[in-house]
Amino acid sequence: MAINWGISEEQQEIIDLIDDFGKERIVPVRAELDEKGIFPADLLNELAQMDLMGLYIPEEYGGFGADQLGFCMAIETMSKYCIGVSVSYAANALGADPILIGASDEQKKKYLPPLASGEKWAAFGLTEANAGSDAGGIQTTAVKKGDKYILNGTKQWITNGGEADIYTVFAVTNKAKGSRGVSCFIVEKDTPGFSFGKKEDKLGIRASATRELVFEDCEVPAENIIGREGMGFLLAMKTFDVSRPGIAAQGVGLAQGALDEAVKYAKVRKQFGKPIIANQGLLWMLAEMSTKVETARAITYAACRTLDAGIKDVSKVSAMCKYYAGDVAMSVTTDAVQVLGGYGFMKEYPVEKMMRDAKILQIYEGTNQIQRDIVGNSLVKEYASK
Amino acid sequence: MNIVVCIKQVPDSDKVTIDRETNRLNRAGVPSIINPFDENALEMALQLKDLHGGKVIVVSMGPPQAEEALRTALSLGADEAILVSDRKFGGADTWATSYTISLAIKKIEDVDLVLFGKQAIDGDTAQVGPGVAHFLDIPMLTYAKGVEVTGDTFKVNKVTEDGYEIWDVDKPCALTVVKEANDLRMPSLKKKMAAKKAVIPCWGVEELQPEEGNIGLAGSPTKVSKVFAPPVKLNKEILSGEPDEMIAELIGKLKGQHIL
Repeated sequence: MAINWGISEEQQEIIDLIDDFGKERIVPVRAELDEKGIFPADLLNELAQMDLMGLYIPEEYGGFGADQLGFCMAIETMSKYCIGVSVSYAANALGADPILIGASDEQKKKYLPPLASGEKWAAFGLTEANAGSDAGGIQTTAVKKGDKYILNGTKQWITNGGEADIYTVFAVTNKAKGSRGVSCFIVEKDTPGFSFGKKEDKLGIRASATRELVFEDCEVPAENIIGREGMGFLLAMKTFDVSRPGIAAQGVGLAQGALDEAVKYAKVRKQFGKPIIANQGLLWMLAEMSTKVETARAITYAACRTLDAGIKDVSKVSAMCKYYAGDVAMSVTTDAVQVLGGYGFMKEYPVEKMMRDAKILQIYEGTNQIQRDIVGNSLVKEYASK
Repeated sequence: MNIVVCIKQVPDSDKVTIDRETNRLNRAGVPSIINPFDENALEMALQLKDLHGGKVIVVSMGPPQAEEALRTALSLGADEAILVSDRKFGGADTWATSYTISLAIKKIEDVDLVLFGKQAIDGDTAQVGPGVAHFLDIPMLTYAKGVEVTGDTFKVNKVTEDGYEIWDVDKPCALTVVKEANDLRMPSLKKKMAAKKAVIPCWGVEELQPEEGNIGLAGSPTKVSKVFAPPVKLNKEILSGEPDEMIAELIGKLKGQHIL
């Protein structure tokens, strides 16, 4: 670790603690969680006991109050061992972000402390069958009736769906206004009219729960709206600015984990009478992998530090780190399988899972093509004024 | 309920050297951990606290660096930590150590239970737990696997060579704890951060007022004459041939030595 990342003492404690957790708790179970698609509820409960579920929540609401960089280092470290587990952990923050960003103090006091203690879990509900990258095209409706909103519609592929207790759900309150007619609501699990579709069977991150949220005349108290009517789309975009570095951190951690496995193997695997790492072709592959991991880490930490500095316009760097680290994770895990050769293709070794897991990083939280759009649009804006 | 857990800091690796003068272990400069069995004793105490409330106080006797072991215990959930340390305690054998630790526990109010690991992985004597119980004049059970609170007594599951025994023991009492007692928890981040800053009181001769001849090397009746690894005697013989022949030969040899 020759690079000086300027890690604080507190951040180092977080990293060390989660690294121990990864080795002692995640590694022994990750293959089974993956194979059987078991949600890591026990691991999340233990993370709660370790005060880590509320890592990102301010102290005044019962959390630890880590900054964006500290939280992303936690996600990164956990992701070295399994991103199916780390996404189940991080999706809590994604679900809570609209509350942290836009909710009233009263709402924060009600919903954040149980999330901080880990007594309750959160999920974020935006995606629909016809509204993926085009998040403005959502069709779930919320109609105000007295002191309630009546929600109807179906959310798709919601991480932590069915497992979480508190959902931040986006629905159209004024169709005529397009994306400015979307609002965000806090919906609790046991609300009548709120149910869950089947659990999806996935290529990767199989430990995580991905389900539909189904709303059928679901009555939500009007006071559960976050901010005002029509603020939903903006809230979603602000949430993504904060959450995308978390996905990038998953990519950095996953790629690091794959690199660790590849180097370890290349040192001990002997062919033609010498360890395969002694072959320049393979050594250069590892060098490329390592450089990619470090550059992905650099842009991710830079995005976190930009957010921590309180700079408002972070969409560009946030999108950059998300797609760059996601692409790095896909490429490094694929190369790790190659380094391990036939063993890499077998389930006895962890790298095939890492490669399957990596693919989602290029898709969720905005595809990597959409991220390039965001970066490109920022460039157009920046240069228009020059 | 107040539970005292006595923990010992031990060297982490097997790269321990022996002081040829005193025939004792050189502890300085070797990375240290909490004695693994003591971790199970601490976990037992924390689980009792989770169920019944109260306070867990960890006590460690050793050089100033033993403070690190106490900080680890605080990050796992212990409420208080006390370091028993003084140059004059140096070189204590199990008798003098037991005496000194018992003085520290006597200073702690309303102790219901005193826990130890079943033995330390460095010295392997398993004597300090029973020794402390003797000086405190309280009942003692070794090899505890489980404990339940039943009014004024503890119901203790004690592991034996061929099974287990259930004992009812009056409060206060002392137990030494086996590895099978529990699975260890992970430290908490908040407690870990607080433990880094915690002020750990150090009790020495001034605080404990021991009798002069009972402490340190001078107060230790045990004299170690030699430390050595016992020679391993293996009379190995590999048989060859067809399986039936080898089995017949093996049975013959075992009968010849009166094993069969």
